[in-house]
Amino acid sequence: MTASATLGKDLTGLEHMTPEQIRLILDTAEPFKEVSERPIKKVPALRGKTIVNLFFEASTRTRISFEFAEKRLSADTVNVAASGSSVSKGETLVDTARNLEAMRIDMVVIRHPSSGAAEFLGDRIASNVINAGDGKHEHPTQALLDLLTIRDKHGKIEGLKVCLVGDVLHSRVARSNLWGLTKLGAEVAVCGPWTLMPRGIEELGVKVFARIEEAIEWADVLNVLRLQLERMEKGFIPSVREYYRVFGVTPERLERSPRAITIMHPGPMNRGVEIDSRVADGPHSVILDQVTNGVAVRMAVLYLLAGGRAELAEAAKRGSE
Amino acid sequence: MPRPPKAEERTTLLDARAMSRALQRMAVEILELAHGTSDLVLIGIQRRGVELAERIAKLIEKDEGAEVPRGALDITLYRDDLETVGPKPVIGETRLPGDLTGKHAVIVDDVLYTGRTVRAALDELADFGRPQRISLCVLVDRGGRELPIQADIVGKSIKTAPGDRVDVQIEELDGRDQVDVIR
Repeated sequence: MTASATLGKDLTGLEHMTPEQIRLILDTAEPFKEVSERPIKKVPALRGKTIVNLFFEASTRTRISFEFAEKRLSADTVNVAASGSSVSKGETLVDTARNLEAMRIDMVVIRHPSSGAAEFLGDRIASNVINAGDGKHEHPTQALLDLLTIRDKHGKIEGLKVCLVGDVLHSRVARSNLWGLTKLGAEVAVCGPWTLMPRGIEELGVKVFARIEEAIEWADVLNVLRLQLERMEKGFIPSVREYYRVFGVTPERLERSPRAITIMHPGPMNRGVEIDSRVADGPHSVILDQVTNGVAVRMAVLYLLAGGRAELAEAAKRGSE
Repeated sequence: MPRPPKAEERTTLLDARAMSRALQRMAVEILELAHGTSDLVLIGIQRRGVELAERIAKLIEKDEGAEVPRGALDITLYRDDLETVGPKPVIGETRLPGDLTGKHAVIVDDVLYTGRTVRAALDELADFGRPQRISLCVLVDRGGRELPIQADIVGKSIKTAPGDRVDVQIEELDGRDQVDVIR
């Protein structure tokens, strides 16, 4: 039994992936959930592989999630926190790429403040590159774990109405979600202050709601994005309190919906800003399921990308049944 | 001048009735080997081994009137050739019936060939506990071992060449019970 689709060398974003490739990752993540429930949470699939987690930006959840995924596949991992580097980004990445190559690594997981950094690196090294968030561009593994969580909860993605709420303009999570959801046939909407909506987003077939009440009336799933507080200083929103009053996802607002709306949040949450605590901890919240699924999705991506060199595949074919 | 390729020759090794008799005998042999059902756990290897384990468990339950715990094992992540396979194999479900420590685990698979699948299964089982004993039960032993592994219980033995294929079809997955050898 082999999978019909393959992923290629790198995972830089969902924009250029096919629905089959996305489904392959989600289907592969399924059996990896069970690995994390075993008494010994480890399988030898990536034994001997060296993976560098190269984080040019702060991250707790994503980095730990990748690290668990790598360790549960028996890979050797090195964490590089390259924050605070004053070198210009182009030079840094090229240099970094050369140094990594010289140390004979197999895969790089990269987070970087510049959009396109993962692809840039992937084009310059032979190792597999996985994007763990690049600027405002994409955060593909977050969107994949969101898709998996939606599929777990609703049994399907096609035809579901999913609304991304909040700072869509600056959000790589939103961008990756838009690609993934539309490719798998969901109806997608966005909702938030007009200052935080990307211009021309309707042209992608995405509904835009100016009021959270309208979004709640429409949606099966709300994916509530984190409001980055520095946005307030830059004048995108008047105040945090004002934001909560107008766009906060509260039990009172959700009560008006005829459906039980699934609540998601990529974390870290600002309780009492974009989401009310009673909603975040409520019966329809799948926020912690997202975190659990994150490890399984990342194991699936690492497993699917690692190794599998074409010239060896032919040689192996004759030997095995 | 190259010779034209020979046409494939398919011969039936076991038909439905022969397979049924073989499974019946294997069930009895498992009971003898395990001295009853008290510590017995049947573990089928994905995919056809899982169905065969289920069949054998039902036969034992009919005879003994006691429930036989069974599990499924997918050995993909323990394969020694993951590096070399082209598109990654689809991973099946692994589910084991509780802790295996102290149990007599009987691995059930359809075909025993190189022994590499069984090697992987032994490694994987070791990560789920420490069974008192692990035995191997296969429907067809086709020879050609590359590792020092042998079956305790065999439905049918046959000598095959490396290019041959053993095609096991079972009702639940393929619509009929039959084992063919394709040379």
